Amino acid sequence: MTATEKKWFRVAPCNSIPVREGRAVEIASRQMAIFNLGERFVAVENRCPHRGGPLADGIVSGNAIVCPLHAWKFDLLSGSSVNHQESEACLKAFPVRIEAGIVSVELPLGADEEEGAPLICDSPDRPLRWVARKPLTPATPLEPRQ
Amino acid sequence: MKERLVVVGNGMAGTACVEQILKYSPRFEITVFGDETHVNYNRILLSSVLAGEKAADEIVLNSLDWYQQNDIRLRLGVRIVDVDASAKTVTGDDGSVTSYDKLLIATGSTPLIPPMEGTQKKDVYVFRTLDDTRALLDCSRSGARAVVIGGGLLGLEAARGLQVQGCDVTVVHLMDRLMERQLDLIGGAHLKAKIECLGVKVLLERNTVAIFGEEKAEGVRFKDGTEVDADFVVIAAGIRPNTELARKAGLAVNRGVVVNDHMETSNQDIFAVGECVEHNGICYGLVAPLLEQGKVLAATLTGNKGPTYGGSIPAAKLKIMGVDVFSAGDFSEGTPGNDVVRYEDPALGIYKKLSLRDNRLVGVILVGDTADSHRYMNWLDEKTDLSEQRRHLLFPQPTQDKGLDVAEMPDNKVICGCHGVSKGSIVRAIRDRGLSTLSQLKECTRASTGCGSCAELCQHLLKAVAPQFEQEEKKALCKCVPYSEQQLREMVRSQRLRSVQQVLDIYGNGAGCEFCKPALSYMMDMVWCGEHVEDRSARFVNDRVHANIQRDGTFSVVPRIRGGVTSPEELRRIADVAEKYKVAMVKITGSQRIDLLGVQKSDLPKIWADLGMPSGQAYSKGVRMVKTCVGTDFCRFGVQDSIATGVELERRFENLFTPHKFKMGVVGCPRNCAEATVKDIGLVGQEGSWQVVVGGAAGKKVRKADVLVTVESTEEALQSAALFFQYYREHANYLERSYDFVERVGIERVRRETVYAPLAVQQGLRERLRKSKAAARDAWLEGDEPRNPTQFVQIQPIENVQ
Repeated sequence: MTATEKKWFRVAPCNSIPVREGRAVEIASRQMAIFNLGERFVAVENRCPHRGGPLADGIVSGNAIVCPLHAWKFDLLSGSSVNHQESEACLKAFPVRIEAGIVSVELPLGADEEEGAPLICDSPDRPLRWVARKPLTPATPLEPRQ
Repeated sequence: MKERLVVVGNGMAGTACVEQILKYSPRFEITVFGDETHVNYNRILLSSVLAGEKAADEIVLNSLDWYQQNDIRLRLGVRIVDVDASAKTVTGDDGSVTSYDKLLIATGSTPLIPPMEGTQKKDVYVFRTLDDTRALLDCSRSGARAVVIGGGLLGLEAARGLQVQGCDVTVVHLMDRLMERQLDLIGGAHLKAKIECLGVKVLLERNTVAIFGEEKAEGVRFKDGTEVDADFVVIAAGIRPNTELARKAGLAVNRGVVVNDHMETSNQDIFAVGECVEHNGICYGLVAPLLEQGKVLAATLTGNKGPTYGGSIPAAKLKIMGVDVFSAGDFSEGTPGNDVVRYEDPALGIYKKLSLRDNRLVGVILVGDTADSHRYMNWLDEKTDLSEQRRHLLFPQPTQDKGLDVAEMPDNKVICGCHGVSKGSIVRAIRDRGLSTLSQLKECTRASTGCGSCAELCQHLLKAVAPQFEQEEKKALCKCVPYSEQQLREMVRSQRLRSVQQVLDIYGNGAGCEFCKPALSYMMDMVWCGEHVEDRSARFVNDRVHANIQRDGTFSVVPRIRGGVTSPEELRRIADVAEKYKVAMVKITGSQRIDLLGVQKSDLPKIWADLGMPSGQAYSKGVRMVKTCVGTDFCRFGVQDSIATGVELERRFENLFTPHKFKMGVVGCPRNCAEATVKDIGLVGQEGSWQVVVGGAAGKKVRKADVLVTVESTEEALQSAALFFQYYREHANYLERSYDFVERVGIERVRRETVYAPLAVQQGLRERLRKSKAAARDAWLEGDEPRNPTQFVQIQPIENVQ
């Protein structure tokens, strides 16, 4: 890992994310999901490690998020998988702070070497190679349309 | 030769005493007489049998095998009518004469019949024995009007059981509050509200003077001249100790058979135990004291005289799911020197009252939340000095884990008050016999087989001690809220819980998960018909943005096309929308609808506006669609107007949520071109009539629908469909398709409780459906009025990389 420069970004007023819900946001070319857990906000990459599902659309279960596509569940505080530990899948989380009612997220600037990491595939008839060659691009649907 | 012990009475107290006697010695030749024809069963659970929660054979405490194994001569159905204390014999109503060396009177009590006219009439019942319960079950058909005289523990449990059976129940009570022996006025008022919430009517301060009717009971008349009509009447006005035999034996008798602390009567060879005895001027009608008496008596009877019975603190718990009431000790306020501590939350119907004297608890009332009853009972029993804890009486400092509570309990602490099983003996049983489930523990130690209120504590002990603890599979909704959906619906109603999070906070783990949150969301919507707090975070994304999420995170849009009938204008708009938003695919679905696939979330409101059509709800656990054939309009064979009927059916149910997706079909003749017989509801047109079929499937499972009813007119067909529809909405478990539901419940019962139900029941179903429908609206209207500004659009960050 190379040390990268980091920067805090002011994102949105707290009240733009209802309690126990998540919202997608793109900052510094990263697709993020920000969740309002009631007593805190958390920010993770908006991409389920399994098949790239939009985590921001999932159901919040305590401190965990359940992906809407195949119900993979992740602890939002540790990032680790709750129901597929064997996969070693992990969410990338980013620091969050609240100032004057505004949610801010700290992000590394520049490219991320792990960007586009292959997705895990749980189906034997769809080998990883297939996923790697033609990833189910999770980013596309979440980009705001021009 | 062994001494002969004759036991008169085969109830809980007598048999429990015999069990204790057997533990001491085999010196007796035992004969037990029971006037009921059943082996010893758990009388406390009769209300569960009446409510259909338990079968009669599930409440048996001692099976015939047990009597045989212990060489007990059991005479069932024989009532002992006489005793000769000098000749030491008893005489049965079958003429038999039996000699004894020791006689144990455990005759219990009989229902108290208050003086009033007409109690001998047909269809007047009491609620005391298994046979009484069976008789009540026989007459409690759905919609029957029942009047229960008596608003005490027994009366309320009987009322609830009858109401669960579908009866229209009114409780009539003489006093100014329910359970007046256990509750004060405020507690009584909260209880009344909860009981009424369950749908049982309550009339207080009504002095019943007569049960009127020609030959059978037709209603009750009060002192003020007013009347309530009824198909049958249940008298549950209290109990009276059975002392007749003791009188004949010449024993000292007041209200009950007088016994001393060793449980001896005035005759050295005759003993008494249970509800028929009076100790220190008190007759007990609750199980724990009776079992305690049995233990003492067993010692006395077997020559191990020593243990004494010092009386019990009366404690009572109402066993109605969702209506938590606990009361113990003396809670009267008038007593000088008593401090009263109170807490009341009228909105939730929670009321707690503690009476203290000299920093010691002397009485407690809990309504709406009885979670702390064990702690208070412990304080009462131990006469704990509470001066250090005065600040935490009602709200204890939270312990990390309930298991810790259990760990801190001393070994001699009694866990099961009914059977007097201590923590130590439970832990020993778990260790020595390798128990791992609650039912094994029950079988082995009898703990939690009485009133069952210590089941949770036993579970915690098992969890803490058993290496291979197994949580027994319950039909619970989810491990987040470990109650069945039936129980949860009742709790939601009676506790007036109006949001998913409230249910999770009060009855669950506070978090919930992707399964129980949508299930509870549905329950809220169904129970409160819109009068609840809608929490979108508890719904699946499809029901937050009203479209079906696809594998790539885009959505599909399916407008409502009722009955599959559209128009050139609609098709043109659909085509324009598909082009304008570059829809990836336009697909005709299997449900005669048009699906626009690959839509961005942020485009949804714009597409809906451009389409100008309502939501087809194709994403929801709700009413999907009605598929139709062309019917009499065009088809040469059609005999019924399937299109108009299908469109009307869809209009009546659209926008409503259901436990699982709900698909319907209407066909104009039995050729069944729109496959109505494999739909959740199908209307099959025939010459001059409609066949209404339900529970069909052509998905993961293929199942031909069952015929619900055949009716002549189209309106009757639609009404019959509505009855089934609402019945399914109210009784199915979440994610239970109608075909699984119909198989589970049985089509006979479905018919009985819908199209063949009494008018009042049908009206109830229709009225609740009407209320739900009035509150439901086209979800796509939210496109113009989003619930919050970011419902559909992605957040644009305030700062970004330039």
